[in-house]
Amino acid sequence: MTAIPASGERVRTRLPGRRPLTILGERALEILIRLSGFSAIFFVLAIFFFVFREAAPVLFTSEFDPKEFLFSTQWYPTSERNVRYGTWALTFGSVAVTALAMVIAVPFGLGAAIYISEFSGKKQKEILKIVIELLAAIPSVVWGFIGLTVMSKLIVTLTGAPVGVNLLNGGIILALMSIPIIVSIGEDALKAVPDSYREAAEALGATKLQMIRRVLLPAARNGLLAAVLLGVGRAVGETMAVLMATGHAVQIPHGPLDSVRTLTANIAAELGEAAAGSPHYRVLFLTGVLLFCITFAVNLTADMAIRGLRRK
Amino acid sequence: MAASTEKTIVVDDLRLAYSTREVIHGISFDVGRNEIFAIIGPAQSGKTSLLRCLNRTIDFVADASMTGTVLFEGEDVRRTRDVFALRRKIGMVAPLPVGLPLSIYDNVAFAPRCAGMHDREELDGLVERCLRQAALWDEVKDRLNSLGTALSGGQQQRLTIARALSHQPDVLCLDEFSIAIDPVTTMRIEDVLKELSREITIVLVTNLVQQARRLAKRTMFMWKGEIVELGVTEVVFSDEPADRRTYDYVHGIFG
Repeated sequence: MTAIPASGERVRTRLPGRRPLTILGERALEILIRLSGFSAIFFVLAIFFFVFREAAPVLFTSEFDPKEFLFSTQWYPTSERNVRYGTWALTFGSVAVTALAMVIAVPFGLGAAIYISEFSGKKQKEILKIVIELLAAIPSVVWGFIGLTVMSKLIVTLTGAPVGVNLLNGGIILALMSIPIIVSIGEDALKAVPDSYREAAEALGATKLQMIRRVLLPAARNGLLAAVLLGVGRAVGETMAVLMATGHAVQIPHGPLDSVRTLTANIAAELGEAAAGSPHYRVLFLTGVLLFCITFAVNLTADMAIRGLRRK
Repeated sequence: MAASTEKTIVVDDLRLAYSTREVIHGISFDVGRNEIFAIIGPAQSGKTSLLRCLNRTIDFVADASMTGTVLFEGEDVRRTRDVFALRRKIGMVAPLPVGLPLSIYDNVAFAPRCAGMHDREELDGLVERCLRQAALWDEVKDRLNSLGTALSGGQQQRLTIARALSHQPDVLCLDEFSIAIDPVTTMRIEDVLKELSREITIVLVTNLVQQARRLAKRTMFMWKGEIVELGVTEVVFSDEPADRRTYDYVHGIFG
């Protein structure tokens, strides 16, 4: 506080005025930040536009039938006599591999997240987090390689399946790839629950497991749901590992030991072969649009689910 | 001293340190059955830490180390086999309300459910009784299923009181419970506490010295981790307490 002089005069400290350059700089920065925000929307729309532009011409040709495209299991893009572009088996393959991966990854991932956040000691926590992050850093082609060589031999010996590269193999590999994401996002969600909740619950005589089940999980459910859905996103979009591990056969699988092909693997494998501008090429782009729609639907559902939970 | 000869809590030479910093320097006292026992004293005098030693919630602080003995109903709390049962017997109300992110009903039903009570009718009755005792029932009876954390601060505080009563404790520890509650409601809860003290023991940490005067049979004045004075409330608040500092603190002279 400034001492008031005896004479009663008001003493004012002069703040240096803002220089015009500073104001200008601030404006520029604001515009820059706004641009980078809008650019995200722009890029998404642009990608959708270009993919769709490559695919669109085939929609108006006589040999293309949208019903066949979505619901037929007949995928013979290079047949000389009877070309058929049915992606149902591919869509089913993508969904099946993802579902199997999540059945494995969600319990393990969330379990690991709970263990790291609630039970492990300080040192153990550090080690576990570093190792799990390392797991996330393994390139997908390396995962595919492991699926192709190690896992497929294991599956053949353990189950007696004729081929080791199949739905089960792809599911396990994808599960291993999504677990690090589920663990690290899930652990963040649990860490965000205030300690006071834990203490209040335990002060009321709850055991640790009761506290986790009745307080921690409900409190963190939005974050945990986000963790799972990011895992799903990774699994749906993954290409290289499933290309190598699932056997790449276009069919509706009858069990986990059948080979499948996914939408992503199909695009990756065939786009290089298809002549640019040919119907095959355009249908592959259309498959891309389909994939885009699936991931968009997953994200939208997730968003609505989270919103719904929040309102409750 | 206290009319009751039975002791619910006996504390003997309790010392508590956070890593190397000792905050409670070997204090001894006892609390009789069904008495209201007030603890007053300025901030940083170890009141809250003392309460947390009673029901072992001090365990949550990683670097806390506790020596000496705390006997609850003759049992050493540090050697108790079932710390969860101990915490159910010693209810605790924290100074800042911690509403669990559950509905109002579930907040109160939390502890009974953890203890294995699942009968809906029994729970309904218990929840209503606890909310009534905490002077909250009338305000929330129509929205028991809305989120407990959405209540106002004062209501949340009363919710935590209801919650602490829900597991039917033998001892209720209140740590400055009236911080977020208006004076009228405070008086209502004080009446409830007087009522409750027929059945349970109440340990009341308070910054409002007059509250201690209104409620407590005996009052303990703590300062910097030591007991300055412990005696019958009338004496502590009289013009001639045993220690000069007590007089100063109670009369607001003390810093």
